[in-house]
Amino acid sequence: MVVIKTQNLTKNFGDVVAVDDVSLEIEEGECFGLLGPNGAGKTSLIRMITAVSPSTNGEIWVLDSDLQSHSRQVKAVLGVVPQVDNLDPDLTVLQNLLTFARYFDIPKVEAHRRSMEVLRLFQLEDRCKSRIRELSGGMRRRLLVARGLINSPRVMVLDEPTIGLDPQAKYLVWHKLTELKSQGVTQLLCTQNMEEASALCDRVAIMHQGRIMSLDAPAKLISRYVGEVVWEIELNSEERDKTINGLESHGLDFEVVGDKIHIFHVKDDELTSGVLDWRKAMRRAATLEDVFFRLTGRSLAE
Amino acid sequence: MRLFSWRFIRVWQRNRDVFFGLWHAEAPGFLAEPIIILLAMGLGLGAYVGLVDGQRYIEFIVPGLIAGYAMFSANFECTYGSFFRMEYQKTFDAIIATPLNIEDVTAGEIFWGATRSVLTGSVMLAVAAAFQLVHSPWALLIPIICFLEGILFSAIALFFTSVVPSIYSFNYYYSLFITPMFFFSGVFFPLSSFPEIVQTLSWAVPLTPVVYITRAVIGGEFQPGLLGALALIVALTVLFFSMSLVTMRRRLAT
Repeated sequence: MVVIKTQNLTKNFGDVVAVDDVSLEIEEGECFGLLGPNGAGKTSLIRMITAVSPSTNGEIWVLDSDLQSHSRQVKAVLGVVPQVDNLDPDLTVLQNLLTFARYFDIPKVEAHRRSMEVLRLFQLEDRCKSRIRELSGGMRRRLLVARGLINSPRVMVLDEPTIGLDPQAKYLVWHKLTELKSQGVTQLLCTQNMEEASALCDRVAIMHQGRIMSLDAPAKLISRYVGEVVWEIELNSEERDKTINGLESHGLDFEVVGDKIHIFHVKDDELTSGVLDWRKAMRRAATLEDVFFRLTGRSLAE
Repeated sequence: MRLFSWRFIRVWQRNRDVFFGLWHAEAPGFLAEPIIILLAMGLGLGAYVGLVDGQRYIEFIVPGLIAGYAMFSANFECTYGSFFRMEYQKTFDAIIATPLNIEDVTAGEIFWGATRSVLTGSVMLAVAAAFQLVHSPWALLIPIICFLEGILFSAIALFFTSVVPSIYSFNYYYSLFITPMFFFSGVFFPLSSFPEIVQTLSWAVPLTPVVYITRAVIGGEFQPGLLGALALIVALTVLFFSMSLVTMRRRLAT
């Protein structure tokens, strides 16, 4: 079953096209990743899907409801974790959750039960009486994720949920998200962290300049755009030109990155045949980051 | 224009909880100041003022001070208060990601601002009554009048808040609109002391009809102008409430 569907979705800010004709289908129970450099349109896309920002063009359905006409019903089943910390600094940790639960019309007793449950989940129950400004950045981020679970959402929309977290807290959040997925909660995850996308997402879409450049399972994207392994070689300029000539004459797929050359889609025995001084080369597993660079370039987008 | 739903009450509840959690930080300013003004102006200045009908000056200024400070409460809540929540705390962004819509937030802020007016007006009425400055039982209508007044001024304030670029813009709002209004609406002296042209202009500012009504109920003297004053308040309320529903959406739904 398709849980989120967009058709020809477009968002303009004046003359700037932030999201350009995006059509997506997100299946029930999957974790769908949205990757892209700053300014690629990820947050704009997410804000439209969560009904807080109107689209310029195109349509959105969430759980078969048209977002335009059923925004309240849709928002009631969404768990939104925004990129910007908008916890309520006028309230304590527990009050934040109780107040949020009230926005969803969750009765008082149930709201209290769920608040304590999500606080325990993210190891914040000791801080339930703290004010928001007394929390560390990592605690705030965890609370932000916890708050997104208060309405037991069927669909979670997370905009960089682990930004600024230390590795311990990051793994805690990943673990909880994986658990939620196994309970059937669909996730739309927007991230800059390639490791996160590989670890959590069933499929990822790579966005650039408002468009979706490619969409598939992380492993498939890797094998399609860079192959299983990447060879890296660092050379001085003299050797480099020679090596580039060699690589070109052998018809190999490579990219020059500063002082280094990255070689893709290559079998190990192709490199030993005198193309390059392979003792200076390093072999490593290909990652989603390699795909990211290939699709979105190496220059700063903004 | 889209309308708000009953869910606005959730925003009102949020603001109420914050206010009563922090009342000791806000209440002294809002309650002490009008009482100080009442006593200083009423007793100090009042010693030099002789009114035509023999009324004591301190009694004369009670209705206007109640209306004036009820107005300030609504205004502060829906200018600085709302702007802080909207721009610095991003509270509204968090709320509109739940089943509440922007119009619910707008109405919740306005009705909360009106509640602040009722609180201020009621406490001031009680203080004035304790000083035996209130003589008519009609004065019990003051909380209702303050509620209507509060909706009016919260709507005007929130409309302004929804269009200003920065928090410093409120300096203009207070020094060019609110403060002059406080002095040209019959709070401290009867409008009849002004030249005719100023009297006419005074009726163009929204505090004037409110002072007119509070003066009538506290004095227990009803004039035919009362219905006109009430109609003016209702008309301005509908106008500014509707405009703020539109401009708040324009500001938040980007």
